[in-house]
Amino acid sequence: MKRFFRRGKGKGIEYIFLFFAFASIFFLGGIVFVLFRAGLPILRTVTLGEFILGRYWRPLFFEPPAYGIFPIILGSLWVTLGAMCIAIPLGVGAAIYIAEVASPRLKEILKPVMELFGAIPSVVYGFFGVVAFAPLIMRLFDLPIGLTALSASILLGLMALPTIVTVSEDVISSVPALYKEASYALGATKLETTLKVVLPAAFPGIVTAIILGMGRAIGETMVVMMVAGGSPVIPRSFLQPVRPMTATIGLEMGEAASGSPHMHALFGIGCVLFAMTLLFSIIAERFSSRFRRGVGM
Amino acid sequence: MMKKLSGSVLVALVGLVLGVIFPSQARAERLVIQGSTTVFPIAVATAEAFMRENPGADISVRGGGSGGGIRALVEGGRIIAQSSREMRHKEKISMRAAGREPVEHIIALDGMAIIVHPDNPVQNLTMEQIRDIYAGRITNWREVGGTPGRIVIVSRDVGSGTFGAFVDIVMEGEAIHPGAIFQASSGALVEAVAGSPAAIGYVGMGFLDERIKAIEVNGVYPTRENVVGGEYPISRPLFYYTAGEPRGLAKRYIDFVLSPSGQRIVAQQGFVPVR
Repeated sequence: MKRFFRRGKGKGIEYIFLFFAFASIFFLGGIVFVLFRAGLPILRTVTLGEFILGRYWRPLFFEPPAYGIFPIILGSLWVTLGAMCIAIPLGVGAAIYIAEVASPRLKEILKPVMELFGAIPSVVYGFFGVVAFAPLIMRLFDLPIGLTALSASILLGLMALPTIVTVSEDVISSVPALYKEASYALGATKLETTLKVVLPAAFPGIVTAIILGMGRAIGETMVVMMVAGGSPVIPRSFLQPVRPMTATIGLEMGEAASGSPHMHALFGIGCVLFAMTLLFSIIAERFSSRFRRGVGM
Repeated sequence: MMKKLSGSVLVALVGLVLGVIFPSQARAERLVIQGSTTVFPIAVATAEAFMRENPGADISVRGGGSGGGIRALVEGGRIIAQSSREMRHKEKISMRAAGREPVEHIIALDGMAIIVHPDNPVQNLTMEQIRDIYAGRITNWREVGGTPGRIVIVSRDVGSGTFGAFVDIVMEGEAIHPGAIFQASSGALVEAVAGSPAAIGYVGMGFLDERIKAIEVNGVYPTRENVVGGEYPISRPLFYYTAGEPRGLAKRYIDFVLSPSGQRIVAQQGFVPVR
């Protein structure tokens, strides 16, 4: 044992980490396999078109049951879109401020606070949403009830904020000083340099940050379960309740009989969600490699 | 030195693992009750009382919904499944296929109250009006004698036993309008109705409190007497399901729930005794 470590210290540790790396790939592969094995059988009950584009979600108690998840997919996209409308300007703005404007002392306060913000459990956001935020939205917009897509969007936006701020800030900070110095040398002001040199250079990285934030928002379950209202209707306004994919799975998984079309449909929703987040990740990866090439990293 | 230490660590680990695998050997009898969140308060209160009288017994109560409890029972769990709906035909078939006979025990009745915000002037709705509201045909409180304004339908989520019972009894199988707000638990539903003067919802009588108002259905208020007498139209039995006739601790516990002192606890929890 001792000899193994002394002689091949590097090799031994390398193997250990190789094992860890493959273990995570193995588990991920297993999860994807189980997800699709449990989800695909829904296509024995309905066609892919009926499943994805069907307008009615009535999985239980009604004959015949309806397994259309179109309103549910739109519900997810709707709250994610809303969340991004809030998180992108706030997040990128905050990142620019922290990276370019804030004094080092302020920066040392703001960054950890932002990271702490990201560590708040989602159920806390949800609870805050139910007791404080939804009633506020209700009064503000004179609505009959505060459980709406808007309430969920704003909370999801706040939750995606730490991801967007911290990743964008890292990206902006890692734009080579050379670029800025060249810009200043040509007589550009700080504002001009930030807007015309730093931001374009950092742009692909910021896109990565935004897409990571989107992934966070679309995958969030607790908050949308508690605040979005849960109505499986095609959303027409932000002031109406919606039922995102994650909420549907979370609400119904406990009640679906194993092996039933309902259970397969819920896993089918999981497959669709997986495909969407995978797409997000691929796009994010593309942009981030473009950023690294762009700044010569 | 190193060897000695790792030896004792090994012994401790083995002990720990054995303790985790065979915990029941050391203790007395154990029983798990799992399922409906509606029946949950009855199960908790009766289990506590039972364990006070029988210190050797260890009963734990879990939620998870009627479907979850029944599923656990069907899949071979050694539990009592608590349910706010009758076991479905399919579920019984798959349980019998596994060689286990589901046995039903009705432990209480539950009147389902139709609730509105306390500021809502509406005092009474007929079954037809409630059905029309939940189907989306009546959309304004003015149409049922209330203050003009949109009706916000609040429903339990599609999986819950309460939803199933409501659809059976009130909707007679008709679909609830998809624009309704769907809530994951009775508590969340009460919260939503308490927060919105335009809302209407339904919960088991055990969940009534001063923040919401129960209304009359067909002119009958949901009281224990009206449920027992059958005048109140929306009521349902609450069930325990066991695999085969209960034996041992399960039998003694269920007998206790159905005894006068058990049924007194049922009443204290806001439900209607069956004996």
